[in-house]
Amino acid sequence: MRRSPRRRLSSALLDVLVWLILIVMLVPAFWLVFTSVRNPVEVNAKPPVWIPRELTLEGFMPLFGRATQMTGAIPFDRYFLNSTIVALVSTAIAVALGTMAGYVFARYRFRGKNALFLAIMLSRAVPGIALSLPLFLLFARISQAGPLKLIDTQLGLIIVYVTVNVPFTIWLMDGFFREIPPELSEAAQLDGCTEWQTFTLINLPLALPGLAASAIFAFLAAWNEFQIASVLTRTVNSKTAPVGLFDFTGQFTIDWRGMAAMSTVMMIPAIAFVLIVQRNLVRGLTFGAVK
Amino acid sequence: MLAPSLAIIAFVVVFPLVYSFYLSFTSYTLLRPIPAWNNFANYQRLLQDPIFGQAFLNTLLFMFVTVNAAFLMGLFLSQALARTIRGQSLLRTLLMVPMMFAPVMVGFQFRWFFNDQVGLVNNVLTSLGLLNGSIPWLVDRWLAMFSIGVATVWMNTPVVAIILLAGTLSISPELYEAADVDGANSWQKFRMITYPLLGPFITIALTILSLDVARGYDIVSIMTGGGPAHRTELLWTYVPRVAIQESKFGLGAAMSFVTVIVTVAFTLYLFRQLLKSRIL
Repeated sequence: MRRSPRRRLSSALLDVLVWLILIVMLVPAFWLVFTSVRNPVEVNAKPPVWIPRELTLEGFMPLFGRATQMTGAIPFDRYFLNSTIVALVSTAIAVALGTMAGYVFARYRFRGKNALFLAIMLSRAVPGIALSLPLFLLFARISQAGPLKLIDTQLGLIIVYVTVNVPFTIWLMDGFFREIPPELSEAAQLDGCTEWQTFTLINLPLALPGLAASAIFAFLAAWNEFQIASVLTRTVNSKTAPVGLFDFTGQFTIDWRGMAAMSTVMMIPAIAFVLIVQRNLVRGLTFGAVK
Repeated sequence: MLAPSLAIIAFVVVFPLVYSFYLSFTSYTLLRPIPAWNNFANYQRLLQDPIFGQAFLNTLLFMFVTVNAAFLMGLFLSQALARTIRGQSLLRTLLMVPMMFAPVMVGFQFRWFFNDQVGLVNNVLTSLGLLNGSIPWLVDRWLAMFSIGVATVWMNTPVVAIILLAGTLSISPELYEAADVDGANSWQKFRMITYPLLGPFITIALTILSLDVARGYDIVSIMTGGGPAHRTELLWTYVPRVAIQESKFGLGAAMSFVTVIVTVAFTLYLFRQLLKSRIL
């Protein structure tokens, strides 16, 4: 169809506007990466230096055990290790539990199903501030009473992150399982599959994209979580990277460059996520709605 | 197969909530470690506490403004990106960049941007000759709320845009062709076709959005910490201040309970909408 010149002009203007908005939105990301490789003089320079004039990796030194003028060495390897273990283990468990529960919600009818689904989703709506205090008191009491240590341990964080991620996983997986025709399961059962076999052999492989999407959501949520971690962790035993970022804040000053360097490293897994799951992410979020 | 999920939610969410509900009727503090029942004393104090009232109103205002702003931004971007546009796939990838940021990082980054001495915003305004002196972004009450709002909207817009984009692309192009034949203009097509059919997607986007904004403790606590002098106090900064820093466990529990009720009621409303389009 041919378009009038006026329409074409307004469409071109809109293109420019969209590009402008996105470029402005990207400033924080570029600024973060640029700050991490700047010469310290440039970090707070007036007027601002947009593109770094010389590159230096000095800002990354404290992360690898070398003290600089601004900051002592940061036990970054421990933080990174804690974050990785906590995020990976909690993701694996949350996805396993959430997938089974999502399958039940998608396939079976039982009394109070909608109410239960709603209750589970609402458990995610409980804000962290309401949970961190009673959880802290509860975990402290359990740690005092027995051999199970939940304060300042990776285990304590894992338990919390599994719970935080289960409801969202159930939501996503419920949507994905609904997409699979139930006739497949019925046929499998006629051929003598048990219910468990129907789940693992027929439905699970077909829901793999959903599994990937939920896994990555859960991983990112655990990887980036700060509030509860700041209450439940104390030392390098369990401190995760977001809590560790505060090592760059002094009483009166902040080492912005060191912080930018650590943030840049922390973003690498997240970038990998966005590139890998772009497709599944959108499908996962919207499946339930269109069905 | 449902049991493990229910068990862990009961242990980590339900049980602590019940415990905190019990604590909210006691005089539990760090100095008086044996909880003593004091009826509604905490709730009375909370109602008389002007800072709590302020934080409550600030929170409602903050949620209302940021959820709407992020929604409108996301809606605009999704509609702009759904058209054929040069560099479309690159634009979509770039759109997701804010999603890669940990909220803590967003907080620090914007705290620095809005710093009145060395921050980028004042710095740019000064070098453009628009500003003489400095704007106290994170000190003045409304400017600080605005700055926190900008950071929050920045972080939450992409999810909305992505969901609404997916929704828009799933609408059958034949509808638009028919509308073209009838001579509809772009606004009419948006108003009569796109917007009504986006309904369920809008509910999903709003639900995720308000959950994320309501959990936005990290950004506020890093940018202003509720200060200076309680000017930007939100429930998310005030409750931990009372409960954890001042160790008034009973009072803090009462305050957090009020917060839970507000958040859950709001989410319940949205989920009701969602369930209507889903389970029926």
